[in-house]
Amino acid sequence: MSEKIKIPTVAELVANNESPDFLFWVGCSGSFDDRAKKITKAIVKILHHCNIKFAVLGTEESCTGDPAKRAGNEFAFMMQAIQNIQLLNEYKVKKIITGCPHCFNTLKNEYPELGGTFEVIHHTQLINQLIRKGKIQMKGGGAFKGKKITFHDPCYLGRANDIYEAPREVLEKLDSELAEMKRSKSNGLCCGAGGAQMFKEAEKGDKEINIERTEDAIELKPDFIATGCPFCNTMMTDGVKYFEKESEIKVMDIAELISNAADL
Amino acid sequence: MIQIIVFAVLLIFTFSFFGWNIYKVISNISMGKSVDRSDRKSERLKTMLLVAFGQKKMFQNLLPAVLHFFIYAAFVITSTELIEIIIDGLTGNHRFFAKPLGFFYVVVVSTIELLSVLAFIATIIFLARRNLLKVPRFHMDEMTGWPKLDGNIILYLEILLIFCIFTMNGTDEVMLNHGWSHAHVDGNSFGFAVSSYLGPLLFEGLDQSTLEILERIGWWGHLIMVFGFLNYLPYSKHFHILLAFPNTYYSNLNNKGQLTNLSNVKTEVENMFDPNFDPYAAPPEGETLAEPERFGAKDIQDLTWKNLMDAYTCTECGRCSSACPANQTGKKLSPRKIMMDTRDRMVEVGENKRKKGKDFDDGKSLLGDYISEEELWACTSCNACVQQCPVNIDPLSIIVDLRRYLVMEESKVPSELAGMLTNIENNGAPWQFSPTDRLNWANED
Ligand code: SF4
Ligand code: SF4
Repeated sequence: MSEKIKIPTVAELVANNESPDFLFWVGCSGSFDDRAKKITKAIVKILHHCNIKFAVLGTEESCTGDPAKRAGNEFAFMMQAIQNIQLLNEYKVKKIITGCPHCFNTLKNEYPELGGTFEVIHHTQLINQLIRKGKIQMKGGGAFKGKKITFHDPCYLGRANDIYEAPREVLEKLDSELAEMKRSKSNGLCCGAGGAQMFKEAEKGDKEINIERTEDAIELKPDFIATGCPFCNTMMTDGVKYFEKESEIKVMDIAELISNAADL
Repeated sequence: MIQIIVFAVLLIFTFSFFGWNIYKVISNISMGKSVDRSDRKSERLKTMLLVAFGQKKMFQNLLPAVLHFFIYAAFVITSTELIEIIIDGLTGNHRFFAKPLGFFYVVVVSTIELLSVLAFIATIIFLARRNLLKVPRFHMDEMTGWPKLDGNIILYLEILLIFCIFTMNGTDEVMLNHGWSHAHVDGNSFGFAVSSYLGPLLFEGLDQSTLEILERIGWWGHLIMVFGFLNYLPYSKHFHILLAFPNTYYSNLNNKGQLTNLSNVKTEVENMFDPNFDPYAAPPEGETLAEPERFGAKDIQDLTWKNLMDAYTCTECGRCSSACPANQTGKKLSPRKIMMDTRDRMVEVGENKRKKGKDFDDGKSLLGDYISEEELWACTSCNACVQQCPVNIDPLSIIVDLRRYLVMEESKVPSELAGMLTNIENNGAPWQFSPTDRLNWANED
């Protein structure tokens, strides 16, 4: 990062009798995956730039349990959920922002019944709000002027939670052409990673799902494929590599696109 | 008189058989576990009106939606005719409502006729599309044998029915022209929108007795078709005509991404965390230890009644499977097949119970004998199937419940996933990273 941003943990704030406005739930991918860490840093830049008082759980954060639940192991899920909820409630967390639609879905939809009720917001929604409030200014004529961008809907943001417009509204601010794939929004095709598929080989078939999806994108000859999920990002990046199009098509998260365009 | 007796017998037989079938359907659906869908009534009503009555999801694809709507509307309107048929049949009247309703009668019958013409066109196009055009979703593996035949039978019946309607109305029109009709109306034409033209065109010149016979053939044929259809319904995908309404009413109204939390697992895990919990304690006074409930689903009794109603409602249209990323990339999974398997297994278990006693066990189960592990592990939980289904069926919840049984009761989990699960349990992440490294990114460039 150009200027080093200090990442506060909730524990530190609480020790000083303070509390964050937003808990930034980083997620396993955002914490450990090299590509996804860049997305995490872009989100941090945006939060910092907009003077949002945020904090992370740091080493106290643990998997939400999404992949375990989708793999059928409710026990592993429940262990994670109950411990996470206990911690979040201890810290009196009210609002959570996350860059991962899977964490978003679990925190927002599955935790309340188990005693963890929070206001959960996906980073594309927050960025959209911040742009609307004028807190982020795009530097005109930037890297995206006149470029073609297509957005791949993450299943866990789109169909799972009916969020289709926020990411698109953000992308429209980029001074570029937003092109829709033939399957988009509620008809969008999965990247192939959900339901714990990310962690296993695909079952026998005649094609990988991410290849099928990347074809949808390549048809449009875009300069960028925009994503809103670290797992989609991996899948689409692999797809673009498969077709040897890395030099023409870049796969980038919305947070990265915005932090670039605003020159953060 | 003979006609009235035959009619009465037919009527009693039709409705008792239909009643018996409905009883079987209800008792089959009741084999499922309970799930509460009695909340949010106005939202439910709205969903039902939009999705079932207004066919909202069908209209994603305009042409089939419009054609399907013609057949559906013709069906709904034609059923109102059933009232007159029953009155006429039991009393020996002819067109009982023609006189008292007057012009309104002409409007209703004309609507039926116009919709029948539209339905006829739609049926021909559907037959061609189903059999001549290579629409992939009509030719997947599960669409052979009975399901394929079922899809065609109904279309042929529809054509026959339309022929009967126009024979009945057309000949009656010609007879009225000549003053031979048994209907008590004034004037020499009914004025029906189609048959007042079509009738003379086809039947003019025939003598009175031929016309009378044709008219009766039309009337009886039409009636037998409707009665037959009623009893064919519960054995067919066309049951959705009735079940689409309750099934959309009881839709899952939560966000689609939300999976159920298993309360029995929650209790066990909470007990594990509770330092005061004594696993060997005797159950509290007055309570006997209930047999522990199975985790997940192995057979249809482990699914909810809503899952089972879904199975009966499935139209076998295949919209789910043509949107399914796994299916479209050649994997074995087809969400439509999941629904058809669930229905077939439910009917099998239900029949066994009725014929061989409540506790009869045929040694088979939905998981394994119908749905394989390979199918289950191909799902990405993307919800495309749920989104596409025109009658709000949820194949994903069945897939997840079957996975749960596989993993928690039989420990059958693909080896890579076993590794992922161990990582979550030990490191709090699906990969082998140490939890102490979780914040390292903050200090990297
Ligand atoms: S949720 Fe599973 S079955 Fe349904 S469309 Fe997606 S991959 Fe196919
Ligand atoms: S589940 Fe729904 S979409 Fe799939 S075949 Fe049945 S009715 Fe059609």
